[in-house]
Amino acid sequence: MTNQPGQDSAVEMRGIVKRFPGVLANDDISFEALTGEVHALLGENGAGKTTLMNILYGIYHPDEGDIYIRGQRVTIRSPRDAIDLGIGMVHQQYRLVPTHSVAENVVLGLPGNLLFPGRAARRKLEEFSEKYGLSVDPEARVWQLSAGEQQRVEIVKALYRGAGILILDEPTSMLTPGEIDDLLSIVRRMAADGHTIIFITHKLDEVLDISDRVTVLRQGKVVATQETARTDKPSLARLMVGREVLFRLEKKPPTVGQSVLQVKGLHALNDRALPAVKNVSFDVSAGEILGIAGVAGNGQRELVEALVGLRQSTKGQVLVGEKDVTNQPPRTLIEQGICYVPGERLVGLVPGLSVAENLILKDYCDAPFAQGAFLNYAAINAHADRLVTQYSVTAPSRETPVRLLSGGNIQRVILARETYQAPTLLIAAHPTSGLDVGATESIRQLLLEQRDQGTAVLVVSEDLEEVMQLSDRIAVMFEGEIMGIVPAEEADLEIIGMMMAGAHRTPTPEAA
Amino acid sequence: MNVPLHVRIQKRLAVPRWIELSTAIFSLLLALAVIAVLFRALGVNPIVAYRKIFRGAFGSLYGLSETTVKAIPLILAGVGLCVAFQARVYNIGAEGQLLIGAICATGLALAFPDLPAWLLLPGMFFVGFVGGALWASVPALLKARFHVDEVLSSLMMVYIASELVNYLVYGPWKGLSEMGFPYTDKFSPSAQLPRLFRTRIHYPTLILGLVLAALAYVLIHRTKWGFEIRVTGENPEAARYAGMNYLKTVLLVMLLSGGLAGLAGVGEVAGIHYRLRYPQGVSPGYGFTAVIVAWLAHLNPLAVIVTALLIGGLLVGGDAIQVALGLPVATIHLFNGVILLFVLGGELFTRYRIRLEWRRE
Repeated sequence: MTNQPGQDSAVEMRGIVKRFPGVLANDDISFEALTGEVHALLGENGAGKTTLMNILYGIYHPDEGDIYIRGQRVTIRSPRDAIDLGIGMVHQQYRLVPTHSVAENVVLGLPGNLLFPGRAARRKLEEFSEKYGLSVDPEARVWQLSAGEQQRVEIVKALYRGAGILILDEPTSMLTPGEIDDLLSIVRRMAADGHTIIFITHKLDEVLDISDRVTVLRQGKVVATQETARTDKPSLARLMVGREVLFRLEKKPPTVGQSVLQVKGLHALNDRALPAVKNVSFDVSAGEILGIAGVAGNGQRELVEALVGLRQSTKGQVLVGEKDVTNQPPRTLIEQGICYVPGERLVGLVPGLSVAENLILKDYCDAPFAQGAFLNYAAINAHADRLVTQYSVTAPSRETPVRLLSGGNIQRVILARETYQAPTLLIAAHPTSGLDVGATESIRQLLLEQRDQGTAVLVVSEDLEEVMQLSDRIAVMFEGEIMGIVPAEEADLEIIGMMMAGAHRTPTPEAA
Repeated sequence: MNVPLHVRIQKRLAVPRWIELSTAIFSLLLALAVIAVLFRALGVNPIVAYRKIFRGAFGSLYGLSETTVKAIPLILAGVGLCVAFQARVYNIGAEGQLLIGAICATGLALAFPDLPAWLLLPGMFFVGFVGGALWASVPALLKARFHVDEVLSSLMMVYIASELVNYLVYGPWKGLSEMGFPYTDKFSPSAQLPRLFRTRIHYPTLILGLVLAALAYVLIHRTKWGFEIRVTGENPEAARYAGMNYLKTVLLVMLLSGGLAGLAGVGEVAGIHYRLRYPQGVSPGYGFTAVIVAWLAHLNPLAVIVTALLIGGLLVGGDAIQVALGLPVATIHLFNGVILLFVLGGELFTRYRIRLEWRRE
């Protein structure tokens, strides 16, 4: 990088401790970002990166520790305080009003805008777009914009409020490769202009690509702060995970049986009624794992929802075994032996109900759990005790509401419920997102066991490494289409990357 | 930093029973304290007023019996609302469903005055339930099919029901022997519910209410429909994912709560008035007050029995202070409003732990 970051401290956080019930999210963290530098905050999901930055932005209050902005000791009680101190944050989930225009969103909540948005605002927007390449149409409605454009609106919003310190929380997770490149160049230009950028990520390549320095967090603690130029990918990975990574799972060669799921020319719309799944065809056989890779938002969610009956497909066919199950309601599909581990864990659980009740969420009307109209709690409790042991769910008791469990244990509860009956087809979306390494490993192991027992498994994940590790065959989705399906052993990372970016298509016999 | 005092709000992991109970009581006391200020402003000594309310409601056999009389419709409607609110279906129209129940029962009583009581009275409860349920099915279907907000639609249906009662008692059903009052003719003796001794307690309705409260508890906690209701209430997406039928659940809870409110209406015309009267004459807002009763009971149908008696007592005591202290009718509405506000506000303290901390500089 050409720009030389100054030596002035922009942000300093000392001895930050933040406890949540049952979790020590930040354990005596000290962190410093210098004026004009891009400082990457690297760590796995749950390492405490977002918590730390939410403290800096005034969303959380630290239990212990001090914050200094440009050398001044400050107390940040709310985002309002943070904004006044020149701190801006772009959250993973954008906080925009979809029906309002870009300009309206940018000035929203600012004083002196009775007749918003003023002409001055518009001029300033144009200035930003010229200076940093943040081009967005101020008149466009936010819901019409792509994820990348919405993110630019969020950045402009922060800059408009005078942010000299900008926190970007996992900014690339929703973007396509092209949009990522644009973002990185915007970040560079802003840093060159003297802005301090804190870049939260768990992707090593991004750290090496964009940052001047990097702070690595693991389990709520700082494990290292280094100059990016003096480090490399393997050592960063080791710091982040705490041991040698790129472990291989014990994976037997598959014993592929009969075709279980056949998808033929499937089309489906997204929530905005735009085509999201376009002419998708593939099949999954008993005893194999088909992985679907792709950048988030390329139709994977809509595809999975269409397969499990939560979304109507508009064209095409879904067969399970010999049976046509296109657009059947969820109950019918459940009865066909289709089990589904949803990407958003809250979809598959009722947080306030007990572990035992969540374990029968789908089987509550079958014997022995129901006898006539009544629930048989003796059977429900016995079932819960059995599964809790078998799947090593760590919970204070079967009566504990699941919202009190950790992410890994919640995922085990879902997997226990979805797999205890040996389903014919298991569909798992982002099965390990947000989990720590240990939980990730054991969840993946569980999926492989299912495959070895003869279940047809469909895994959808944005984590390419996960797809590579688990799958016997890999399909890549881009803008609603399958760009190709390749056997895992022949998979070339570079070609898969190009397919994910839509730059390459591997013809498959099924696609005919 | 100039104020070293910090307010910390933390989500509670688990809500212990005693906290639920103590916040309910504390909210009630706080509401009474606020109302005391209002009494003061009206030039009434609040201690005198509260004593009068308590004496009026619970201090005599007559008071107790009247409290029970008011509690009967509150129990029936409140139990129904517990079921609906458990599914997060916000039926605000119990008042209208109650009136429709009263209309249906009246229709049957006027059409077949000569049927024996053992046939006519159960028949009136039956048509009252069906009428209330059908009235509630309109907002239910609108919600489940077209995502129409049930709060608005069920509330608007109240006014329609109310005007329907007006139309009937001023028009086609106007009693010949009622000297121009907007009443129907008096029911035949076989359409009148028996009362306990010399009180106005129409005990068959009371027993019905108590039994239904117990059944509703069992329904919610021990049956698969109750499971569907709780899952739908807490996470509708999970309910869909688990293959539960959203339409069915919304319809079920709305029909039940509407039907129970309808039963309350039957009790009023067959047990108290022996005729249909103008809407406020049938129910002084029992359907709305039942919302407070249900929330105060934390949506537990068994607890509704207690909260209904409590609020019923307030209504009776309110009447007492109206007479004794010459306070306007609106006082008691104010009373109810303040109590609901504090009960709902008190929820914050059950869900969150709030601590004040001094921070050293």
